[in-house]
Amino acid sequence: MPDYKFRVNGGAVSVNSWDPDQPLLYVLRNSLGLHGPKFGCGLGQCGACTVLVDGKAVRSCITPVKTVTNREVTTVEGLGSPEKPHPIQAAFIAEQAAQCGYCASGMIMSAKALLDSTPHPTPEQVKNSLSGNLCRCGTHTRILSAVLRAARNA
Amino acid sequence: MMTRRDLLKSGGALIVSFAFRQNGIAQGRSPELDSFIAVRSDGSVLLSTSHVDVGTGISTVFRQVAAEELGIPVERFIVVEGDTATTPNHGGTGGSTGVPRGAADIRRAAATAREAIIALAAKQLNRPEPELTIEGGEVRPGGLAVASLIGGKRFALKVNPNVKLKDRAHYTTVGKPILRTDVPLKCTGRQVYLQDFSVPGMLHGRVVRPPSFGARLASLDESSIKGIPDVQIVRKGSFVGVLSKDEWAAIRAARELKAEWSSWEELPGSENFEKALRAGTIEHDQTVINKGDAASALSGASKNLAATYYWPFQSHASLGPSCAVADVKAAGTTVWSSTQNPFGLRSNLAKVFGMPEEKIRVVYMDGSGSYGTNGASDAAADALLLSREVGQPVRVQWMRHDEHGWDPKGPAQLLDVRAALDPDGKIAAWETQMWLPGGPQGERALVGPELAGMAQEHGQGAGLMTANADPPYAIPHVRVVAHNLKTTPLRLSNLRAPGKIGNVFAVESLTDELAAAAGMDALEFRKRGLSDERAHAVLDRAARMIGWQPRPSHSLQIRAGNPYLAFGRGIAYVRYKQAENYVAIAMKVDVDRSTGQIIVRQIACAHDCGLIVNPDGLRNQVEGNIMQTLSRTLHEEVRFDRSKVTTTDWSSYPILRFSEAPSIEVALIDHPDQPSYGAGEAASAPVAAAVANAVFDATGVRLRSVPFSAEAMKKTLRASRDIPVVPRG
Repeated sequence: MPDYKFRVNGGAVSVNSWDPDQPLLYVLRNSLGLHGPKFGCGLGQCGACTVLVDGKAVRSCITPVKTVTNREVTTVEGLGSPEKPHPIQAAFIAEQAAQCGYCASGMIMSAKALLDSTPHPTPEQVKNSLSGNLCRCGTHTRILSAVLRAARNA
Repeated sequence: MMTRRDLLKSGGALIVSFAFRQNGIAQGRSPELDSFIAVRSDGSVLLSTSHVDVGTGISTVFRQVAAEELGIPVERFIVVEGDTATTPNHGGTGGSTGVPRGAADIRRAAATAREAIIALAAKQLNRPEPELTIEGGEVRPGGLAVASLIGGKRFALKVNPNVKLKDRAHYTTVGKPILRTDVPLKCTGRQVYLQDFSVPGMLHGRVVRPPSFGARLASLDESSIKGIPDVQIVRKGSFVGVLSKDEWAAIRAARELKAEWSSWEELPGSENFEKALRAGTIEHDQTVINKGDAASALSGASKNLAATYYWPFQSHASLGPSCAVADVKAAGTTVWSSTQNPFGLRSNLAKVFGMPEEKIRVVYMDGSGSYGTNGASDAAADALLLSREVGQPVRVQWMRHDEHGWDPKGPAQLLDVRAALDPDGKIAAWETQMWLPGGPQGERALVGPELAGMAQEHGQGAGLMTANADPPYAIPHVRVVAHNLKTTPLRLSNLRAPGKIGNVFAVESLTDELAAAAGMDALEFRKRGLSDERAHAVLDRAARMIGWQPRPSHSLQIRAGNPYLAFGRGIAYVRYKQAENYVAIAMKVDVDRSTGQIIVRQIACAHDCGLIVNPDGLRNQVEGNIMQTLSRTLHEEVRFDRSKVTTTDWSSYPILRFSEAPSIEVALIDHPDQPSYGAGEAASAPVAAAVANAVFDATGVRLRSVPFSAEAMKKTLRASRDIPVVPRG
């Protein structure tokens, strides 16, 4: 089986996959034990699997592992921990911006990509950049407040 | 101190210090205190319950009420949910019963524990019990730590159903916005969801469903997946599953396995399904209310209004497809599931699989959100079926098309409503007739066992579908009849506030039509029919929050710069199940009369659920109710052809996106002297009606069928003779 070498959350990894087209999502979850990215649709429609590849938000459920060779992947685990949350995570916690929370990891990663390129977005910019991330519990207003809070605190 | 996370890390094999198993609450016996509460020697307290959190925050409510009664700080409590081997069975999670029943049981248990601890301390300190209290986790005066008295030991007492509860005036923890312990884990990828859970030696399973509900498997071409490594195929009747150590291999195998199926085309189709409902064979009629003589009053009245309202089948559409892990062993079977009713699932699995109940343990774990009954129980049956066949633990996660295509559905509803106004503009008479798909009583059939040809029940329960079908207003003649049909094309399910949203949509829309016919302001018209002060309070508050100005609807107002953009306001009210929460929702909407798009600008909700336990958790639930129901109202309809559901992804079954999310302002009205009602559903009920009423105010036309898609709005505008629609440009 071929090996694929890339970086995840700052560290070098080498994983093998019998299928070069295996989506990154399953490699992260099953080979590397990173469960932050979630399976939602496998179609790139819901955003639950969002991670950063070289700083850009991508849907890991439709990103073949072969395409991330030598690139830098960041998952929600790489931002911070419950003890030392990243400012965006801290803002989500402060706003209690979760119900079931299944979408939270993808929301936070999309927000990270947005705030890296646009540190002080308008509410409309936040809404537009999160429009590809679905939330079924209806936590939208809190997630929006959390992203704006993170931008304020940055 | 051990956290809930540590408990879960122990692989779900939680060993609780007490030996208690099934208790007798369901049988009406007084339950064992040790089944609810265990004080550990490190001072932490395990609270065990069959009510599960599913992201609602109810476990925080449980910690708060127990902390309040016990005098132990709230952060020391760890909630263990829904493990049939260790937690008491005091009911499943649903119908907004978590607070009024679940928390009430826990409160009594904690108060019983408090009395027992005080008695122990009184002996040890040689002081009379009335002189002692528990505060900060210690008995005072004396400073004896609770853990030193009972830590690691059993109470060996029954819960006292008549125990003296703490005086509400002295509450310090109840009423506070205590933060949830799961949110930091969920926002950092550390929460162990069911979907993230694994056991040693576990295989990944995927199911291969037929192309139509009734198709039978003719043949499988195993060679079609020979390029995929290490895949096992399980076939049992028309149930097909594939298994592999590698999840991606299982997914590809499920996708690529070629199978021949018989054809089956016996569904009525969702196009014009309301006609099929009206023509359906009635199993039984249910008179919900019959007061006065509605028929005569309606026929004798000078001013009559009648309309038909329709609510379509809707899906739970959980963001993460249903999942389960099952491990069938000779010694016993364990199923890890995000079901909202672990004891109910165990009992049904035992029946369907012919296993003794005591040989099955169902362990709840948080999964992707569910709002009643999604595919969780079906996924559990799939995993159990596969694990039993291969003799290894199996994790099954459905794919997106499995979830949308095969989860049980929130029922469609058809409502004919008629009402009459008296000469003073008051409602003189009201009649509602509704048609509901239905079927036998009993357990809902599980998909996998059905395909495998296993004997099981075919119940079609969907919850209290008829509640709130009668108007809340003072009306002398009211008749509400539900026609429960013999059959349903799609399996039915409890989906958040079942029936109530559609009923309130019909009732509060027709009420709005009556107000308009009477030439009255919609808020004033409602208040005139309500005598309860708490009803007036929520209506006034919600109206004030959007700057409501009294006037009749409709009133054409156009946004400057765009002649097509009309705006309006609407309001709707419910007393949930006619006996619980008071909720009023007012909103402002724009309607683009050239595209048909409805833009909800601002929503205000006034919510009174009696005593508030956790205002932040409550607010989160109310906001979620509103946003989710807005999604159901604007976008959601399960469509099906003669064979199958055709809306099987997020593009064919769209839900609300961020770009459409309005601002929501919630006013919580606290009544510390009143009972607490649950808040998991109530604020859903008035949403669709409030949107429809606001759309009417803006455009003068009324939407009577959900979803309110841009297409439907445009069609309704075109059909209206009063509103000329000029094409843009």
